[in-house]
Amino acid sequence: MVDLSVNIAGLRLKNPVLLASGTVGYGNEIAEFTDLNKLGGIVTKSLSLKPRKGNPPPRITETPSGMLNAIGLANVGVESFLNDKIPFLKKLDTTLICNIAASTIEEYVECTRILTLEESIHAFEINVSCPNVREGGLEFGNDLNAVGRITEKVKAVTKKPIFIKLSPNVSRISDFAKVVKENGGDGVSAINTLVGTAFDIYTRKPKIKNVTGGLSGPAIKPVALAKILEIKRNVDIPIIGIGGIMNWKDAAEMMIVGASAFQIGTVNFINPNAGAEIVDGLKIYCEQNSINNISELTGTYQI
Amino acid sequence: MYVEKSKVESVQKISENIFLIKVLSPSIASLAKPGQFCNIKVTEDSFPLLRRPFSVCDVGGDHLFFLFDIHGEGTKIISRKKPGEFLELLGPLGNGFDYQEGYDTAVIVAGGLGVAPFPLLQKNLPTNKKIISLLGGRSKKNIVTYGLKNVLIATDDGSEGFHGTAVELLKSEMKNISKDKFRIFACGPTPMLKALQSYCIENNYDCQISVECAMACGFGICQGCPIDPVNGDSYLLVCKDGPVFEAKSVKL
Repeated sequence: MVDLSVNIAGLRLKNPVLLASGTVGYGNEIAEFTDLNKLGGIVTKSLSLKPRKGNPPPRITETPSGMLNAIGLANVGVESFLNDKIPFLKKLDTTLICNIAASTIEEYVECTRILTLEESIHAFEINVSCPNVREGGLEFGNDLNAVGRITEKVKAVTKKPIFIKLSPNVSRISDFAKVVKENGGDGVSAINTLVGTAFDIYTRKPKIKNVTGGLSGPAIKPVALAKILEIKRNVDIPIIGIGGIMNWKDAAEMMIVGASAFQIGTVNFINPNAGAEIVDGLKIYCEQNSINNISELTGTYQI
Repeated sequence: MYVEKSKVESVQKISENIFLIKVLSPSIASLAKPGQFCNIKVTEDSFPLLRRPFSVCDVGGDHLFFLFDIHGEGTKIISRKKPGEFLELLGPLGNGFDYQEGYDTAVIVAGGLGVAPFPLLQKNLPTNKKIISLLGGRSKKNIVTYGLKNVLIATDDGSEGFHGTAVELLKSEMKNISKDKFRIFACGPTPMLKALQSYCIENNYDCQISVECAMACGFGICQGCPIDPVNGDSYLLVCKDGPVFEAKSVKL
C-alpha cells in the first residue's frame, strides 16, 4: 500500500497535491467538477484586508503553451472570506492554506492575525510576488530585506506554518529562500508567475489591459524546475513546487528536483478534475517504482 | 454542468468562413438552455492550451450544434474535425436568456456570428410568442439564417436587404414592432451592443444582451472575464453572472 501523505514543516497533507492560489477561487465553483476531498489541500485566492476589485478587462490572453493573466488580486477581503467562504471550505476533508497579499507589511500582519483565529485554516502562504499590482507584490518580492521582515513579523502573530511564495523574477531565488529560513519561515512556495506581455500586431495594443501579466502554464515548467533545484541545492527549507504542472508526470518531476508538495494552477482552468487525476497517477507511479512513501521522492535527482 | 467527451457527427460549411458543427453530447444537451455556452477543448494535447467558449446554437435530441467562424488556431482545428473524432465539452455554462414571460414579440438583433444562440431560443420560445429576426453583417456572405424565423437582413455594404447596421434596421422597424409588447434579445460585436444599449436605455426598451469576453475556465475560477455593473462596486463575471445581462445593467 503506497503512502501518499507528506509532512511539510509540520503540516500533514494526505497527498502532495495542492490547488494553487488564484486558480480555484474559494473552492465552491470547482467543486461542481471534482471531489476536493481527494486532494492534499487548497490554497485560497489571495486575500487582502479589504476587498479588491481587481484590474479592468482584458485580463487574460493565451500565449504559446501558456497564458498571461493580470487579475490584480481581485478578492472579497478577509471579513467576507470568514463570513461567506469559510463555511463551505471548512466542510471539506482537505488542508486549507490561506494566501495573503498586501500593500504594506502591517497589512500582511493584520490579515494573518485575524485569519489565524479561524481553526479551519491550517497554514498561510504569503504572496510577496504578485506581478500585477503596483504596490506590494513584486516590489516586496524583489527586496531581500522586505521578504525577511515580512516573514519575521507574520511569523510572530501565528503558530501555524508560514510559506512565502517567491517570485521567479529575481536573479537568485535561493537568496530569498535563505532569508525566509533565517527569519523563521517554515517553507517556500516556488514559483509565482513570470512577468510577460503580448501585443496585437494590427492594433499595436497590449493584449491585456495591465500591459504586463503573469505567465503560467506548461511554458514555465522548465523555469520552475530550475528555480526549485537552485533552492534545493542551496538552502535546507521545505519547498512547495509550482509552475506548469499539467499531469502526474510533471508532478513527479517537480518532486524529484526538490519539491515536498506541489500546486497545480493553470491546468484547473482546462481540466477541473486534474488534481484528482494526478493523485491517481502518482499512486500508480509509486506502486510501479516500489516507492512506499511518496515523500521518498523529494530531491532524489541524480546529477 | 458536465465535462463530456463528445463525438463529432458533422461539420457543415454554411458560408465562406462559417461552419456549423454537430456533436453527440447527451448529458449537456439535456440541460442546455438558450443563451448558455460550452467551453470546448479542441485537442487532447496542450496546443491550443485553453478551452474556447461557444454559444449553444441548437439542441436536437442528444445532439448539440455550435456555429463558428475561423479566426484562430482553435477554430481552424474544429473546422477540420471529421465525423467520429472528439471534442471535450464543458457545460452548459452561464445563465441564458430570460424568455418565458412578460412580452408578446421576441425581437432578435444579431450582428455577424451573434446569431449563434438564437436558433435554440426560437425553438424553445413559448408558442404564443411572435418572432422577428433582425440580422446584420458586413456583407451578404456574413449573414447566417440557420434556424431563424421571420428574418430581415441588414448589410453594411448594402449587398442584401437594408443598407446599414442591424441596430439601424431595428430603429426603422420600431414603428411596427412597438405595436406589441416586445423584448429584444441581442448578441453581436461590442460596438453593436453599445449602440443598441444606448438606444434601449433612451427609450426604456426591454432588452437582454449576450456579451463576449476572453476567458479561461468558463465557470468562475480564473476571474478572467470581468464586466462592470451599473450598480455595485465589484465586477461581475461574464462566464458566471452572464453571458446574458439586462442591457441597462452593465457597462460595455
